[in-house]
Amino acid sequence: MTVNGDAVTLEVDPDMPLLWVLRDVLGLTGTKFGCGVAACGACTVHVGGRAVRTCKLPVAVVAGKSITTIEGLARKRLHPIQQAWITEQVPQCGYCQSGMIMAAAALLNEKPSPSDEDIDRTMTNICRCGTYQRVRRAIHRATTMANQQDQ
Amino acid sequence: MSFSPGRRRFLLTGALVGGGLLVGYGLFKPRDLLGDPDVFPVGEGEVALNAWLKIGGDGVVTVAVPRAEMGQGVYTSLPMLVAEELDVAWSAIRVEQAPIDSVYGNIVVMINSAPFDPNDKSWLPSTARWTFARVGRMLAVQITGGSTSVRDAWLPMRTAGAAARDMLVRAAAARLEVHPNDLDTEEGVVTHAATGRSLTYGALAIEAARLDPVPDVALKPGPDFRLLGKPVPRTDVPAKVVGGAEFGIDFTTDDLLVAAVKTSPVFGGSLVKVDAHKTESMPGLVEIVELEDAVAVVADNYWHAQQALDALEIEFAPGPHAAVSSSSMLEAFEQALDDGDFFTYESKGDAVEQLTGKDAIVAEYRVPLLAHACMEPMNCSVRITGDRADIWQGNQAPDLLRMIAARRLDLPAEDVHIHTPLLGGGFGRRGEPDVMLRAISIAQRLPGISVKLVYSREEDIQHDTYRPPALSRFRARLDDDGRILAWHNQIASPSVGQAVLGRAFPNLPLGGPDRTNAEGAAFLSYATPHRLVEHTAVESHVPIGFWRSVGNSFNAFFTECFMDELAAAAGADPIDFRLSHLENHPRETRVLKLLRDSAGWSEALGAGHARGVALHESFGSIVGQIAEVSLDKGQIRVHRVVCVIDCGRVVNPDIVIAQMESGIVFGLTAALYGEVRVEGGRIMQWNFPDYRMLSLKEMPRIETHVIESGAEPGGVGEPGTPPIAPAVANAVSILTDKRINSLPIRVAAAT
Repeated sequence: MTVNGDAVTLEVDPDMPLLWVLRDVLGLTGTKFGCGVAACGACTVHVGGRAVRTCKLPVAVVAGKSITTIEGLARKRLHPIQQAWITEQVPQCGYCQSGMIMAAAALLNEKPSPSDEDIDRTMTNICRCGTYQRVRRAIHRATTMANQQDQ
Repeated sequence: MSFSPGRRRFLLTGALVGGGLLVGYGLFKPRDLLGDPDVFPVGEGEVALNAWLKIGGDGVVTVAVPRAEMGQGVYTSLPMLVAEELDVAWSAIRVEQAPIDSVYGNIVVMINSAPFDPNDKSWLPSTARWTFARVGRMLAVQITGGSTSVRDAWLPMRTAGAAARDMLVRAAAARLEVHPNDLDTEEGVVTHAATGRSLTYGALAIEAARLDPVPDVALKPGPDFRLLGKPVPRTDVPAKVVGGAEFGIDFTTDDLLVAAVKTSPVFGGSLVKVDAHKTESMPGLVEIVELEDAVAVVADNYWHAQQALDALEIEFAPGPHAAVSSSSMLEAFEQALDDGDFFTYESKGDAVEQLTGKDAIVAEYRVPLLAHACMEPMNCSVRITGDRADIWQGNQAPDLLRMIAARRLDLPAEDVHIHTPLLGGGFGRRGEPDVMLRAISIAQRLPGISVKLVYSREEDIQHDTYRPPALSRFRARLDDDGRILAWHNQIASPSVGQAVLGRAFPNLPLGGPDRTNAEGAAFLSYATPHRLVEHTAVESHVPIGFWRSVGNSFNAFFTECFMDELAAAAGADPIDFRLSHLENHPRETRVLKLLRDSAGWSEALGAGHARGVALHESFGSIVGQIAEVSLDKGQIRVHRVVCVIDCGRVVNPDIVIAQMESGIVFGLTAALYGEVRVEGGRIMQWNFPDYRMLSLKEMPRIETHVIESGAEPGGVGEPGTPPIAPAVANAVSILTDKRINSLPIRVAAAT
């Protein structure tokens, strides 16, 4: 598989969830363990550009696929979502934020100008610090910023 | 429901709430605040000017932050105090977690734990405060809790910045051969205006460090502040958006092993036997560790450890508490209230006499157990090598953990090294030693190796130190003008403060009064001629602990719902009713009026919508909230929350706003969904699917207004939580025409 642009060959138990391959085998600890039952979204990464929760996803399923983690989201410069996250001062404890940002970035891949309803439907990650209002604001801001960059 | 007058064993004097800041640091000489520069380790090219800051040759200023960053913003608000007085650019500031030293002890948290009115200057409270402050310094209680970080740092960290600036100015004066009074400072540069010469802090730091500090240096008056009061960007955010922030769970070394644990589901149970035959060929397995009440599996990574743990056949003996349930706990509370063995936390006039034989307004409220469910599951890494132990754990009390670890390992405290990374949520959970002690027990079997214990979410939820359940009864009477004449409140719950103390100091005699029981219930600002507030402590085999806002988390729900009941009985508007009892409380009055006006309290609402209000003072701050709520087939929807806070001096308004949003979501989650149930002596909830959290699509629009009252700084991490449950409950009560008297709020679908 490819992780953040680098080809990676692994010999691991095919049932091992991608989360633990990333964290414990590849040392990419930006992706977080939150619940182990794909309920909270802290473990969200991109597989082929789409948001996927990885704590129950056997690594064998993503063999040969292209994976992007929070560490690989910025290319040369920060992704508009990351920039918007800083501008809106979204994170508090920050633990859920990698997954939150990956989910938001995938939403923008799919819908460059998401509505509030799109955000409600897609952003199902749990944040115990209650950053949701700023998450919504940052997604709208990133949309505006991305549009400005395109022009 | 019966009301026993009770046996009053102890009468506390004065208020339980309030600041204590000035009283606290008034006890210390200014020199004591600066500390010895040697306690703050320096790197190549750096020099420390006191215990709080060091300066590099490049002018970078690194601030020692003695509290844990768990989202509440202390890695920003505390360095701001230093940067303000030091006159450096915010971009030159770096942050380091302070080591353990008495100079970093949290005095305010200690003083606030004394059950006395901070304004009471009589001998007993004064002696107690002096003792608490001195003991606090001696023990170096570096506690992050009680919403005290800014309150505690307000004087010492500004003094540290000002004293360092003064040393830099004097060093520049010597170098330039001018008088210090002719020098100005700005953005890390000392300038001699008359000749236009200037020197950077980086160039002066070594010479400055040779000078003696002037500890009682003057601090800036408020109008001169450049940084304080501004929404300065957080120092921790850049790393948190690129996956670079390191939490305890991210700890790693080349030799790291990972442990997973399964503890007896019933609290107080014990391990009987383990059958490991299914794990024999499992990969990565290193060790199966049998403990008194748990089994741990150590492997090369978490997945292997958890897989092997799941494959074990484990038998636990349930122990003496297997018959306890949520309903048996509630029955014990009712019994305790009926038995009437109370501590009195407030007594004024004669409420019992005023209520005897009269028609009183009565009410009963209750709340359940709650788990913390920090997003980062509990974890702790330990390495024990010969006569040294290293412990890596996001924690709210490093020196207490060090003391407890040293006791367990029979090592001197200085040989136990506590490393504090970022916390993925704390909320009171991460001051507890239980997870560390578990990790130590496992690491002791593998000397010389770093072992990281990671709780599964199920283990995290089923082995927490929970917010206790509580039951509260009220009886009150109004006078002929519709004002409160007599108020009698009796509360039953386990004693949180004593449970926490008992775990840290097992030999401490306990059983006295505990301010956490009545905080938010006693010494309310509402004028009441006759008032009696009592609490009876009930034993709990379920471990209980600090949970964001502690006693306020339930007492605000009880008292502010009852205030609405009294307003209804008086035929008064809930806000007018509260205002009429706050005549001598200008800060509360201002909060409530701004809240009323900004929420449009008297404006018409859509059909099926209602507003509820609550006002509550906690941790030195006053917070009012109005919730706009609708009900659809039993589903409660909170559309909008208007929040007003007076936290005195504001250090960083954006962090205050963020903490209000955070506290509201925390309290709203509890109000709408939060319930941990006990059956057969064990916790029934297991993970987020059955311990539900508020989600983004359920998030109300929150509008926060921060009042700059100029009073001494109040806390902000917790005070946002208490008012939201009663505000929502008071609104739902209007929609259902039936009082909401328990949490989480449940409404029959028919309404």
